[in-house]
Amino acid sequence: MLKLLKYALYDILKSRFAMIYTVFMILVAVSIYQVSDDLSKVSLSLMNIMIMIVPLISAVFATTHFYNNLEFIELMLAQPVKRSHVFLSQLLAVILMLSLSILIGFGLPMLLWGADSSLVTLLGVGVILSAVFAGFAFLASVLTRDKAKAIGISLGLWIYFSLVYDGFVLYLIYSFADYPLEKVTLGLVMLNPVDLGRILMLMQLDISALMGYTGAFFQQFFNSSMGILVAGGTLFIWVLWPNLLAMRVFKKRDF
Amino acid sequence: MISVKNISKKFGKLQVLKDFNLEFQLGNSYALMGPNGSGKTTIIKTILGMVMPDSGEILVKGQPIKGSHSYRQDIGYMPQIGRYPSNMKIGQLFSMMKDMRPEIKNYDLDLVEAFELDQMKDKAMGTLSGGTRQKVSAALAFLFSPDILILDEPTAGLDPIAVEILKAKIKKERIAGKLILITSHIMSDLEELTNQAVYIFEGEVYFNDTIESLKEITGEDRFSPAIAKLMQWTLKKKATKREMSHVETT
Repeated sequence: MLKLLKYALYDILKSRFAMIYTVFMILVAVSIYQVSDDLSKVSLSLMNIMIMIVPLISAVFATTHFYNNLEFIELMLAQPVKRSHVFLSQLLAVILMLSLSILIGFGLPMLLWGADSSLVTLLGVGVILSAVFAGFAFLASVLTRDKAKAIGISLGLWIYFSLVYDGFVLYLIYSFADYPLEKVTLGLVMLNPVDLGRILMLMQLDISALMGYTGAFFQQFFNSSMGILVAGGTLFIWVLWPNLLAMRVFKKRDF
Repeated sequence: MISVKNISKKFGKLQVLKDFNLEFQLGNSYALMGPNGSGKTTIIKTILGMVMPDSGEILVKGQPIKGSHSYRQDIGYMPQIGRYPSNMKIGQLFSMMKDMRPEIKNYDLDLVEAFELDQMKDKAMGTLSGGTRQKVSAALAFLFSPDILILDEPTAGLDPIAVEILKAKIKKERIAGKLILITSHIMSDLEELTNQAVYIFEGEVYFNDTIESLKEITGEDRFSPAIAKLMQWTLKKKATKREMSHVETT
């Protein structure tokens, strides 16, 4: 397993993509730090960019990586190694690379110009979202036999969780504005890893007051130890299920 | 050594293998033949565990292969089209494969030396020609001197010198008492390298016996016309089958 991971990592860290992605993250972070001195403004701007970019890049990169490495995967399957190890080594290599890019790209500027708790949360959310969307991408890849189709599914999931879902929630809130919706919205937030990450970040900033009564409710919930436990557990489930499901399918897939 | 028992496999609606049964014994060399798309590569991939059968089981050395991976230690596989990570170098590929089988310390470097792969070990796999890639595949299949050698179209794409080197190596391993499984469309190669003929047609075994008995049955004294005759028979049988089913329905 570790041997397989070593070779998979070796291949992926040498790729041009890993370099470009890291440099891009550094450029984004540096430019935002240059624009503002206020740390909470910095972290809000970084969050808005990260929450869109990271899932997108993770989904597209993980899908293309799976299909580009199909030869390597086939080669490994004819060797005396476990199928699950072949899968996990590829998946972990992708997640590690994506996480490293975020940690280096956003982390270095933070070390230079300072950070607060919200920026540290930002790094954590970035890593988790990378893992979630890499899982979706691998799931899409093992379920299809065509790269274009798999990328289509991954992009579809990204659009759904980043754009469509929020529209749906907003529509619901406006339609039922006369009813108390805090608990319903809280439940809906749990069903979307992107929103959950965003809320976790926002709660670290003092802008939740702008969100009215729901914001106050969220503030209270997410600042209690119970709330943090629930949110963390839900994100953990979001990381686990696509990845585990993809592994199950991979174990039975024909090559 | 390898028992294939009642294997069935469908790809979508296409039934590739139908209740497929075969036995491969150690010390024999088998020629796996059949028209394109008859299921030769599928049966090989099923033995390797790359394709999961819908039903039936496969035993290697008496052990069912389902859920097992260690049995692949005894198999050297040379794929029809060797596809490797393009930015990996030849030397890295070989050290990685050695890393996968840490218990084996004695490497069979006959083909590595004969194909002069050592001189090219810093070349990336992506820059190699198809023939050189075939040489790498062949050298890897023989590297760990496994008991079972599965060679899918081994001579396709190789130059005449390399073909002779590879054939000599296969003969040497055959004399050493290994189980060898070869698919090929080059009849003269098969006649030279094998003693058992297996003919597959539309996912079923039509013939499975020694090459001598094949010649006897078909009444031909050379291998190539004997196989041609066998192919004609299977096609005729298919035609009669169709006629029969036509009669039944009317």
